Amino acid sequence: MRLKVNGEEREVAAGLTVAELLRQLGIESRYLALERNRQVVPRQDYATTVLEEGDELEIIRFVGGG
Amino acid sequence: MDDKLVIAGREFNSRLMVGTGKYATMELMQQAIAASGAEIVTVAVRRINLQSPGPSLLDYLDLKKITLLPNTAGATTVDEAVRLARLAREAGLSDMIKLEVIGDQETLLPDPVATIEATRILVREGFIVLPYTTQDVVVARRLGEAGAATVMPLGSPIGSGQGLPNFDAIKLIIDRVNVPVVVDAGIGAPSDAALAMEIGASACLINTAIAEARDPVLMAAAMSQAVIAGRMGYLAGRIPKKTYASPSSPTEGMIGRS
Repeated sequence: MRLKVNGEEREVAAGLTVAELLRQLGIESRYLALERNRQVVPRQDYATTVLEEGDELEIIRFVGGG
Repeated sequence: MDDKLVIAGREFNSRLMVGTGKYATMELMQQAIAASGAEIVTVAVRRINLQSPGPSLLDYLDLKKITLLPNTAGATTVDEAVRLARLAREAGLSDMIKLEVIGDQETLLPDPVATIEATRILVREGFIVLPYTTQDVVVARRLGEAGAATVMPLGSPIGSGQGLPNFDAIKLIIDRVNVPVVVDAGIGAPSDAALAMEIGASACLINTAIAEARDPVLMAAAMSQAVIAGRMGYLAGRIPKKTYASPSSPTEGMIGRS
């Protein structure tokens, strides 16, 4: 199925969870936050949140700023 | 001297807040923050680079000593600011948010209408909101009424280093709002920070003036002392300005007079 992650289209296996996607992307989940279709997904729900075709995800972290 | 900065019931010893942007290296940032003595440190929220995530900024910050103050920098609408704030809370385990909604890309001046609206929404969601605002006293009062924990008027445009050319306007805000006033943006030199504190600001937030100084670590220490000196000067109560001189030495007992 197709997802949009940080503005980029991605093809992933159907039924993937958020936790599995992060693992595939090689991203450590400490200090990040994730929005699915404009709703924040709480960290404790990563393992149980199953992604769906067309989902739009934003994965953020802190960077230097004023 | 027990003179703590209190924001939404939380106490801080330092009245200098610093940013983490524009540093040449993470190590330099780390040293400058240590030299500044700041306990509140701002960070921005951006997309992770999926190709090369790189090291985390937070690995360079001592989260036992400092409180993170994520910002909503980059937001130009209420919706963007609120989304960034919610993401920041999830990422950072803190309810504090520096609310920034920019209304003009050249001056980076805040959009007061959107800032007030976003403050209302975020306060309702339990955030401790520290909004970046204009030098308008009525806007500052509205932010206070909307539940802002502080108001943070700019000294001058972000990164401009112009100091506080309109310090009378800032003084008016200090006199007319009931929450701590933090001078955010525009501070260029330690004297600017001292001036902000002398007129009664509760704190200063400084990034560029430290990060882009020739020696950021030394400048961080200088800003720290300037904020302390300015605060002490405010508490001590400066003398009023007079038009004419008044001698400091006795006028009696001068030699050679009849």
